[in-house]
Amino acid sequence: MTAIPLWAQLINLLAAVLLLLAFAMLAQRRVLTLIDLFATQGFALACSTAIVAYATNQSHLYWSAGLTLILKVGVLPWLLHRMIERLDVRWDVEGLINIPATMLIGIVLVVFAFNLAFPIAQLASTVTRATLGIAMASVMLSFLMMITRRKAIPQVIGFLSMENGLFFAATSATYGMPMVVELGIALDVLVGMLILGVFFFQIREQFDSLDLKHLEKLKEHE
Amino acid sequence: MTATGFLSQVLQLAIALALAPLLLGWVNQCRAWLSNRSAPPLLLPYRMIRKLFHKDAVVAQNASAVFRITPYIVFGSMALAAAIVPSLATDVPFAHAADAIALVGLFALARVFIALAAMDIGTAFGSIGARREMFIGFLAEPALLMVLFTASLISGSTALPTIVETLAHRDIAIYPSLAFAGVAFTMVSLAENARIPIDNPATHLELTMIHEAMILEYSARHLALIEWASALKLFNYSCIGLALFVPFGIAEVGADWVAILKAAPVLVAKLAVGGLALALIETLSAKLRIFRAPEFLGTAFLLAVLGMLVTQLLGA
Repeated sequence: MTAIPLWAQLINLLAAVLLLLAFAMLAQRRVLTLIDLFATQGFALACSTAIVAYATNQSHLYWSAGLTLILKVGVLPWLLHRMIERLDVRWDVEGLINIPATMLIGIVLVVFAFNLAFPIAQLASTVTRATLGIAMASVMLSFLMMITRRKAIPQVIGFLSMENGLFFAATSATYGMPMVVELGIALDVLVGMLILGVFFFQIREQFDSLDLKHLEKLKEHE
Repeated sequence: MTATGFLSQVLQLAIALALAPLLLGWVNQCRAWLSNRSAPPLLLPYRMIRKLFHKDAVVAQNASAVFRITPYIVFGSMALAAAIVPSLATDVPFAHAADAIALVGLFALARVFIALAAMDIGTAFGSIGARREMFIGFLAEPALLMVLFTASLISGSTALPTIVETLAHRDIAIYPSLAFAGVAFTMVSLAENARIPIDNPATHLELTMIHEAMILEYSARHLALIEWASALKLFNYSCIGLALFVPFGIAEVGADWVAILKAAPVLVAKLAVGGLALALIETLSAKLRIFRAPEFLGTAFLLAVLGMLVTQLLGA
């Protein structure tokens, strides 16, 4: 274990923090805390990207770390906060399944993701390949969050945090994607966020609620 | 069994029996300071135990033998656990009598008997307390086992002395798994020792009490033994925590007398800090409703399992 350098230890630690935050988001009842957790996750992600950049001398990773910091710690949480204020939806998030059960499903998913990532990680040549499993696990936990939440805003936060997981997978498995791809994804997320924001207003205008259950009905009158 | 081993065993047990009420008194004093009250004397638990030993025991008419022997069994298992947990030295003869899993079993034995005794008299409070205690216990035990398994995975053994020695000799490295396990262990200890987020040790409020409800019928020497045993339980849990997460300063195999004697002040200092931390947690948190306890302990279990999974994946 002495062979692991300090920066790899730090990345392992941040990976563990990311996993913990994914679980915290899964368990969180309040939508405002959910946004704070999302911002914290973005911060941890930016830190780990910066550490990978420092350790491997890949200057473009500094750019993606900075981009992550601005976008995921600054802009997106701010947009979400503003949206919540404008929609006036500070309710407690209600899940489809109760929280301890969701956590147990989450643990099963983590085991599944670790097993899934193991052969892939064997093929990767980076020092940080062990964290690939954690990245997979956070993607799956975000999926779970999107599935178990009934309201629109937590689902969008789940979508955004899934992107966090993917980004982490990319940095840990291949030391990051090409800059063009990263810029593209970042812009996609931002634009997606804006469009979803417009959707929220439309949905609420139509149904007087952000509960997506209403979208399942095809007719207006049953 | 070497002479040093025997000495350290005797010394460790004596320290545990003698210092356990002091630890309780220290925690109570810190709590009083933190909430701006004038503190009770540090030696109050000793006086309490002495006073109780001098009284005449009153036992309910319909009490069976279980009720009478339970204080001795509870005290006995806690004292045995204090002999097993390597708090002072790892080369203690008793430590090989039971590994981490058997230790959890020992705590479970005490729990089962105290719950049986609580139901024995047939009062409503006793039954309620017993049911709640078992409810908390069955949630806390798996989490505790997972914490111990995390440490076992890192050191490759479930024997506590081996775990302590491996962890004390590791290189200075960041272990995310141990951080998870540490938080989980803290939560489990709070629940198991009837501390604040789950139970309030300072109140006899009927609706919320768990531990106090179970021992309402006890008096005099029986009560003294049970109070002493719960102080010992807190001491044991603190020592397990110290052994797993700050195992430095514990005398190791082959250590001479001086090293063992040196380990004692280190232990006292660590316990003092630990007690202050416990008081701080208790002051900062509010008591949970009993039906929120599964969520609290579920989180502890989750953290412990995550710690174990992270150990497997990252090897750290």
